[in-house]
Amino acid sequence: MSAVTEEILSFEEAMEKYDPVLGFEVHVELNTKTKMFSSAPNVFGDEPNTAITPVDLGLPGVLPTVNKAAVESSIKIGLALGCKIAPSCTFARKQYFYPDTPKNFQTSQYEDPIAFDGSIDIELEDGTVFTVEIERAHMEEDAGKLTHMGGATGRIQGADFSLVDYNRAGVPLVEIVTKPIEGAGSRAPELAKAYVAAIREIVKNLGVSDAKMERGNVRCDANVSLRPYGQEKFGTRSETKNVNSLRAVERAVRFEIQRHAAVLDSGEKVVQETRHWHEDTRSTTSGRPKSDADDYRYFPEPDLLPVVTTEEWIEELRAQLPEPPAERRKRLKTDWGYSDAEFRDVVNAGVMDAIEETIAAGASAAVARKWWMGEVSRRAKEAEVDPVDVGVTPELIVELDKLVQAGKINDKLSRQVLDGVLAGEGTPEEVIEKRGLAVVSDDGPLLEAIDAALAAQPDVAEKIRGGKVQAAGAIVGGVMKATRGQADAGRVRELIFERLGVQG
Amino acid sequence: MSELTRHSAARLAEMLAAKEVTSVEVTQAHLDRIAEVDGNINAFLHVNTEEALAVAADVDKARAAGEDLPALAGVPIAIKDLIVTVGQPTTAGSKMLEGWMSPYDATVIKKIRAARMPMLGKTNLDEFAMGSSTEHSAYGPTRNPWDLSRIPGGSGGGSAAAVAAFEAPLALGTDTGGSIRQPAAVTGSVGVKPTYGGVSRYGAIAMASSLDQIGPVSRTVLDSALLHEVIGGHDPHDSTSLTDPVGSLVEAAKTGNVAGMRIGVINELQGEGYDEGVLARFHESLDLLRDAGAEIVEVSCPNFKYALGAYYLIMPSEASSNLAKYDGVRFGHRVLPAESPLTIERVMGATRAAGFGDEVKRRIILGTYALSAGYYDAYYGSAQKVRTLIQRDFDAAFAQADVLISPTSPVPAFKLGEKLNDPLAMYLNDVATIPANLAGIPGISIPGGLADGLPVGIQFLAPAREDARLYRAGHVLETLLEEKWGGPLLSQAPDLRQLSGAETTSGAK
Repeated sequence: MSAVTEEILSFEEAMEKYDPVLGFEVHVELNTKTKMFSSAPNVFGDEPNTAITPVDLGLPGVLPTVNKAAVESSIKIGLALGCKIAPSCTFARKQYFYPDTPKNFQTSQYEDPIAFDGSIDIELEDGTVFTVEIERAHMEEDAGKLTHMGGATGRIQGADFSLVDYNRAGVPLVEIVTKPIEGAGSRAPELAKAYVAAIREIVKNLGVSDAKMERGNVRCDANVSLRPYGQEKFGTRSETKNVNSLRAVERAVRFEIQRHAAVLDSGEKVVQETRHWHEDTRSTTSGRPKSDADDYRYFPEPDLLPVVTTEEWIEELRAQLPEPPAERRKRLKTDWGYSDAEFRDVVNAGVMDAIEETIAAGASAAVARKWWMGEVSRRAKEAEVDPVDVGVTPELIVELDKLVQAGKINDKLSRQVLDGVLAGEGTPEEVIEKRGLAVVSDDGPLLEAIDAALAAQPDVAEKIRGGKVQAAGAIVGGVMKATRGQADAGRVRELIFERLGVQG
Repeated sequence: MSELTRHSAARLAEMLAAKEVTSVEVTQAHLDRIAEVDGNINAFLHVNTEEALAVAADVDKARAAGEDLPALAGVPIAIKDLIVTVGQPTTAGSKMLEGWMSPYDATVIKKIRAARMPMLGKTNLDEFAMGSSTEHSAYGPTRNPWDLSRIPGGSGGGSAAAVAAFEAPLALGTDTGGSIRQPAAVTGSVGVKPTYGGVSRYGAIAMASSLDQIGPVSRTVLDSALLHEVIGGHDPHDSTSLTDPVGSLVEAAKTGNVAGMRIGVINELQGEGYDEGVLARFHESLDLLRDAGAEIVEVSCPNFKYALGAYYLIMPSEASSNLAKYDGVRFGHRVLPAESPLTIERVMGATRAAGFGDEVKRRIILGTYALSAGYYDAYYGSAQKVRTLIQRDFDAAFAQADVLISPTSPVPAFKLGEKLNDPLAMYLNDVATIPANLAGIPGISIPGGLADGLPVGIQFLAPAREDARLYRAGHVLETLLEEKWGGPLLSQAPDLRQLSGAETTSGAK
């Protein structure tokens, strides 16, 4: 069913010729206990059509009621995005017939969103900061979920029939809409990813959403248009839907830039339409034509009163806001004394929170970073999971570090202890016991090994005697090999110097 | 006919409380009456015999055990079939919902159950409450107990006819533009549209959300007050529901005087288009009220001339949206298109084409058009402005008067089929009732006498939240008129057992 592969230009060539303009509509599912307009539980993964009330099915006679917790979450999002909060705002009906929409209209906001006119600073990986202007953030309800059965593609075209699950219908959403983002140039794909990552981080930090993209808690529609450099008027845009991972956002924007450029280069016009992102082919295909004339016959929802926000209420919510992620990062970087590069790596590896917890559990900033960026990240890469999903807890790191500090094990052994703990062999102490991993702390066997190593490498011994203390590494290495790693390298070094009568 | 069906609800409640009669006897008497006359009237779409008798038996048992019971416990009631009920089908008078059983009770139904009132059944109405004659029901028209060849008003013709034909002492109706009051007027019964928000709309199938209101239908003003107190009050399921208490409506209905009450006659709701007989009865009522010490003043509501126009934009706009859910996907009627392909759009289209009647389609089309991009401001937007102007007219009028008065309907009951193909003539029946819905204020219609042997209704209107004034004024006028007539107007109604439906013309089937 996939459309014919479309021509695309290389990204570099596209960027030489055209200036991209971006725009995003990010839908955030709130994690309130109940739905936006009903008392049905707001849950993920239940049996189909069980988390519903007559209201969610749009049965005859039902009426909506506004979930106050959802309004509060929306206000918090607005405040975190630097938006103004409307003193009074209304709901509106957005009308279209579709079987995942039980009433055949979506209760949303139209003329007066609860939050508007905000902005956030987006930091790219190299530290460049873009300011993205937020046009509005409005409240609405999610639709149900359709599953198309039969047919080759799992899409509605060609399906034998479709199943609909209304558990998600009525889940509270906040839709965050940006103003057109100009001037990103070739950083556009990267900015797209960073913007969505920032929104995800903000709503997660606020605690108003589970913010799991793979579950659709944060969903992005990416608008892309191109125009020749120097032209003020925007080009025709496409709206790519179904972009449900950060990587996909980056790739989709990149693909659309390349596709638009090819269309424009061939002298054709870009069609204003929705596009669907396909992770498998890393390309978009045409959805339905979309124009500004799409008529949703919006009108004020007569079943709901306006939401009135008093100054006191807003300030009360503002006081509850956690430290913004960007400020928090700045603070942590200073507190931990990491370099710019070190800190950026930590953030990009997604272990900032883990490091903070590890430090809170008693490790030094350096030790915490060493573990998370070193051993844990290595294991994560091997297992192709995120470092925080390896199974290592901050407490375990602190425990291992204490054992190293006490000289009971060394770094190399600590990794073996970790193996044992992760394999379920018990606590670090128990693993050391069972596997016989404790360092050789008796100087006798060490001195024997040192003497052997010195005898084996007389030239090195000579160098050390001559004051080249860094040459001791080779002797330490020999000793470690001889003791199968179970020696304390620090103690070995001390003993070498003692033996040779030099100051370490 | 058993004498029991002739009693008012208030009287039945007294007799039940005094154990002079049992609820089973009362309920059975009404069920018998339904069996006897409803073949001609067609007020009921569903008769709830088993459950009604079971509830009645429960009440009798409780009373025998000396339990404290609500005022109307054991008094049966009929329910307009626009209000959803567990255990009885709810059709909204439409093929679209034929056989549909609601899994939940409307808030008013919960209250009726809590008041321990046996529900006799569901009453007929114009499809989705769209009409002024009950001829737009998919289940055949209801006939006026005064003349079986005439309409009982609409949309709540079933509830009004049931009460007027002594098939039920009480009924629930809904009023979007007059659907409680106009049927009351043309059947010689009493109907009240409470202040918007005074009675929960949860479970009333929506036509126009900003106008719809559930209210009582009865034969006496006191009975409506009794029922109003049962169904009124705040409901957290309805965001537009008022938070104030219902107020002492029964007490107001027992006040017994209008001395010093300023009653405003609305200049714009009389004269051209109003039947002579209707106006004659109206002026007689004014004289009676004046003689009783009320101060009759004239008020002007210049923007009322735009009310019908505004109403026929706002109502269809909201209705077009509220009725979008009837698509055959989740509940109700489903029709597959005759030809392939079998797509969801085509199933929805075929379902709606087959399930809705002409009047419903007319309003959906009107409303869809009025809300369309490019037309919204001119139509829906302008209509909302008119609504504000009408509210201001009322504000000014209520600065001069405590209540306002007018004929309820410009004409008495017309013949079945007479206006069926003339929507504009049909719409004009609600010219006097619509302004109250646009302004959200309460109104009552009480019997005002006969014109050419057909009932005429007198309407009182009061400011929002002042429903009590309607009961006070309504009860006084009712008393004065009944003194003059020597009994209730309905005692002059023909004996239905001697009327035959055979001579009547058939309405829209």
